[in-house]
Amino acid sequence: MLIFLLRRLIQACVVMAIISLISFAIQDKLGDPVQQMVGMSVSVEERNALREELGLNDSLLTQYGRFLQNALQGDLGTSYYYKEPVLDVIFDKVPATLELAFCAILLVVLIATPLGVLAAINPKHWVSRILMVITSIGLSIPIFIVAILMMYLFSIEWNLAPSFGRGQTTEVFGLWHSGLFNQDGLSHLLLPSLSLAIALMPIFTRLIRAEMMEVLQSEYIRFAWSKGLSSNRIYFIHALKNTMLPIITIGGIQAGTLVAYTILTETIFQWPGMGFLFMDAVSRVDTPLISAYLIVVGGMFVVTNTIVDLIYGLVNPTVRLASHGL
Amino acid sequence: MNLLSVSHLHVNFQVKQHSLPALIDVSFTLNRGERIAIVGESGAGKSVLGFSIVNLISKPGYIKSGSVKLDNKELTKMNLRQLQEVRGKRIAMIFQDPMMTLNPVLTIGQQLVETIRSHTKINYKDARNITIEKLHNVQISSPEKRFDQYPHELSGGMRQRVIIASVLLLNPDIIIADEPTTALDVTIQAEILQLLLAICRDNGVALVLISHDLGVVSKVAERTLVMYAGQIVEEGPTLEIINDPQHPYTQGLLNALPQMTLPGQRLNQIKGSMPSLTERPTGCAFHPRCPYATDKCRQESPSFIYSGVSSVACFMIEDMIDETDRDEDEQL
Repeated sequence: MLIFLLRRLIQACVVMAIISLISFAIQDKLGDPVQQMVGMSVSVEERNALREELGLNDSLLTQYGRFLQNALQGDLGTSYYYKEPVLDVIFDKVPATLELAFCAILLVVLIATPLGVLAAINPKHWVSRILMVITSIGLSIPIFIVAILMMYLFSIEWNLAPSFGRGQTTEVFGLWHSGLFNQDGLSHLLLPSLSLAIALMPIFTRLIRAEMMEVLQSEYIRFAWSKGLSSNRIYFIHALKNTMLPIITIGGIQAGTLVAYTILTETIFQWPGMGFLFMDAVSRVDTPLISAYLIVVGGMFVVTNTIVDLIYGLVNPTVRLASHGL
Repeated sequence: MNLLSVSHLHVNFQVKQHSLPALIDVSFTLNRGERIAIVGESGAGKSVLGFSIVNLISKPGYIKSGSVKLDNKELTKMNLRQLQEVRGKRIAMIFQDPMMTLNPVLTIGQQLVETIRSHTKINYKDARNITIEKLHNVQISSPEKRFDQYPHELSGGMRQRVIIASVLLLNPDIIIADEPTTALDVTIQAEILQLLLAICRDNGVALVLISHDLGVVSKVAERTLVMYAGQIVEEGPTLEIINDPQHPYTQGLLNALPQMTLPGQRLNQIKGSMPSLTERPTGCAFHPRCPYATDKCRQESPSFIYSGVSSVACFMIEDMIDETDRDEDEQL
């Protein structure tokens, strides 16, 4: 277990070093940050002085070296726009994004699992057939259309939930602004998390169905039937646990997709999270913020996948993390 | 009265628009404590027959007609709930490959205890005690330790022992063993077979042994059914069938066994292969491979007749008996 975590840590360092290099390499292709920072009235001399001060005239490699040196001390730079350390800016927005992603994942698990199982148990039932049609349509509709449609229906036509912002938040332990503990926050969470969930639900429903159908064909399920066990026990104890093994792995990979979708969802719903911040940073050519975002997301990716692997090890008895080290 | 009686059982497989026969007019009986064997090549329908007894044929197979009676209760007409009471408790099954039969993510203990608890109202502790006792009975060392282990921590032979223990949990009347030793090492095969035989003898359990191995069958079964292309072609006491096979197919099977007395000889295999469900020959299904086939065999299917040794479905035997009858008539 310890060896496993240590290996993961080394992997994470490599991954993030590569990410930072890539994000640095594209920096000077993104536009001119000075132009975004100063007004029209600033003279060329002053612009050049600012450029020199920011170190933008040095070679890319020098800049990267300087960045790495600071990064190792926990300083990923200062945002051009906010004039604050980028990590502070990002961590200020982390709770909003994490809560959104968490609720979306919860919705996916709670809805996709029973639907997939149901469709696998009765594949020829008309409900299952309709479900398969809906999910294949769902797979091909981009998230922004779903989000805008939901916004139109739920908040404009029926006025059931607010369409933008995060609403009221409560401070938890003095460091986390949460929208989960009051009604206003929850109602604001509804549409963004639902549209994010809808983006991932079709693929998971289909995956669970396909996997479960295969598991139900296996010898040990037949043996379970021959023992005279109840159908519920066979479906939900014997089959579901085996079904979830590959799904957990895929879920870990899909965490990356989720990050990509939060950028879209947050932009559409004006959700004050990391994705929204990132889009702003891109349009303002706030390069330190962009790099820092990519590194933080890379780190989150590694952490999620480590957690997923740990869960996998718990569910699958044939995997022993300690001895294999993975 | 017979414990189990299967009569005129027809099982078909629905493949697209076609309904293909997998079992044709199969009838046999099993008495309490009796051990019978079903033999034949791969694809003869042995396993289908085994599974159709407890109505557990894999899709798209289904019972078309006929009856399976356990203590005079019709099994083919039962709903799932009634069948669940029979499965495991009165008729238990042992599958071919012990590596595939146990659920990989549940412990041995969980898989055995659940069997008891789904059929009887009993608390976990008592169920655990019964389980450990049965594991002990099948000669598994340190059963308390095995109880908490997962299947992948056990060897193949050990797993088959666990499965045998699991079918014993509820003291069933019948065990259907579908090639229980085929997937095992030769040395372990004999041990498992001995164990199975001892357990059936000691507890008075009836056994239906499905096998293609006549050596195995001769050690275990009192009576043997020989199957070919979904039909029973010969039935009789195991020793008689092995010493004096009547049906050309049974003769072929026995000739194909390696002979210790004639080393260095090529094996006499039966020419050709078992027809698939879709290309079933007319008349007697065995005629394309039969050395004695006549025109009659190609057109009509023979019915069962008692040859004096066993019951056989073959025109050759029919003619032979007719002739002896005629001879006897003439002598009179």
